[in-house]
Amino acid sequence: MSIATDPHPKFAAYAHPERLVSTGWLAAHLGEPGLVVVESDEDILLYETGHIPGAVKIDWHTDLNDEVTRDYVDGAGFARLMSAKGITRDSTVVIYGDKSNWWAAYALWVFTLFGHRDVRLLDGGRDKWVAEGRELTRAKPAPAATDYPVVERDDASIRAFLPDVLKHLGKPLIDVRSPEEYTGERTHMPAYPEEGALRGGHIPTAASVPWARAAAEDGTFRERAELEAIYRDGAGLAEGDDVIAYCRIGERSSHTWFVLTHLLGFGNVRNYDGSWTEWGNAVRVPIAKGAERGEAPAVPAR
Amino acid sequence: MSALPPALAGIVEDFAALEESQRLELLLEFSDALPELPPRFADHPELLEQVAECQSPIFLALEVDPEGERAVHLFFSAPPEAPTTRGFASVLHEGLDGAPAQAVLDVPDDMPHLLGLTRAITPLRMRGMSGMLVRIKRQVREALAAGTA
Repeated sequence: MSIATDPHPKFAAYAHPERLVSTGWLAAHLGEPGLVVVESDEDILLYETGHIPGAVKIDWHTDLNDEVTRDYVDGAGFARLMSAKGITRDSTVVIYGDKSNWWAAYALWVFTLFGHRDVRLLDGGRDKWVAEGRELTRAKPAPAATDYPVVERDDASIRAFLPDVLKHLGKPLIDVRSPEEYTGERTHMPAYPEEGALRGGHIPTAASVPWARAAAEDGTFRERAELEAIYRDGAGLAEGDDVIAYCRIGERSSHTWFVLTHLLGFGNVRNYDGSWTEWGNAVRVPIAKGAERGEAPAVPAR
Repeated sequence: MSALPPALAGIVEDFAALEESQRLELLLEFSDALPELPPRFADHPELLEQVAECQSPIFLALEVDPEGERAVHLFFSAPPEAPTTRGFASVLHEGLDGAPAQAVLDVPDDMPHLLGLTRAITPLRMRGMSGMLVRIKRQVREALAAGTA
């Protein structure tokens, strides 16, 4: 049994308004049975410095990634995690985090790989909650373990692997990294240290739409009309398009995946989580440098 | 570990004695304990050097006593929304502040790895902490060179 959605007028214009809640809505619904609030940040200690009362923490690195293979946890691992966090298959999960919800969107995308039905983002994330002077606590909840089913991860619908991207060339690709990463001037984010890609540039034909264009100054998502202008008019996406988004490791592109899927209603969007740290190191995959999108090779490279 | 100044060696031992989740709690305590900048730096941010290897904005400055064992005094500035970075800075502050210049220079560059956080904290962040240490050592060398020139 899901919790009622947030009737906030801004959300009503989105394709799936039920995927967002406002800070005011969340404050009013805290503690409601069936609701679990999850904080997911880049900084592994941020939750510990103070979080929304009752919120549990899920860390992208230690909780969602497999410890050995570059992959996500499997169905059993996800079930264990959900059980430990007090989440049932029917829970309404609201995720929020730092950096305009990068990691929160990434966590939401992983929840979606496991088909968790009711998972939402807090519009504006942690920063907005804090900026509004809302309550934070260091008290950690101790949820009772739940019986979360082992669900097989569905990697086919919303996840793309390198061979999928090679086959996809010629169809819409969105590169959500910074302009400097897109042109190949650098292989990492501005102000972030060099992080392991041997080649710079972008996947040929990819449109450059840095993820942050979808976020307003206060970290909330831009309104529907603004998003349409960015992705349809600007990047040329059209109804029914089959789209793949990528970034460096798949976290910023989860944010864009959320925008395209839930706010604009594109039905066929995949996140290429291997992203540039795989593509920029792979042998004989095509790369375009500079500000131009580049051409899809006539014959796939491999 | 033989090359660590006593205060830093003690901190490394404290971390080593804990489970991983408790290590993060301890790092949070360090983060909370990072002292504010004294006014002579707080009012002059241009005197601080940014640690570019860190994902979060962190700035550092140091002073080296003009004589004696040339004790090093460290100053850090990092925002509260970057607790991991603050925690690392605070470990270096508590472990190295007041240590003789040579003892600071003798700290191995991979010292951050001794804290036992490499599973919980991504390699990117570990590099950020190493970056702080490397910059501290470079500034100490520069201060010593300037003092003897």
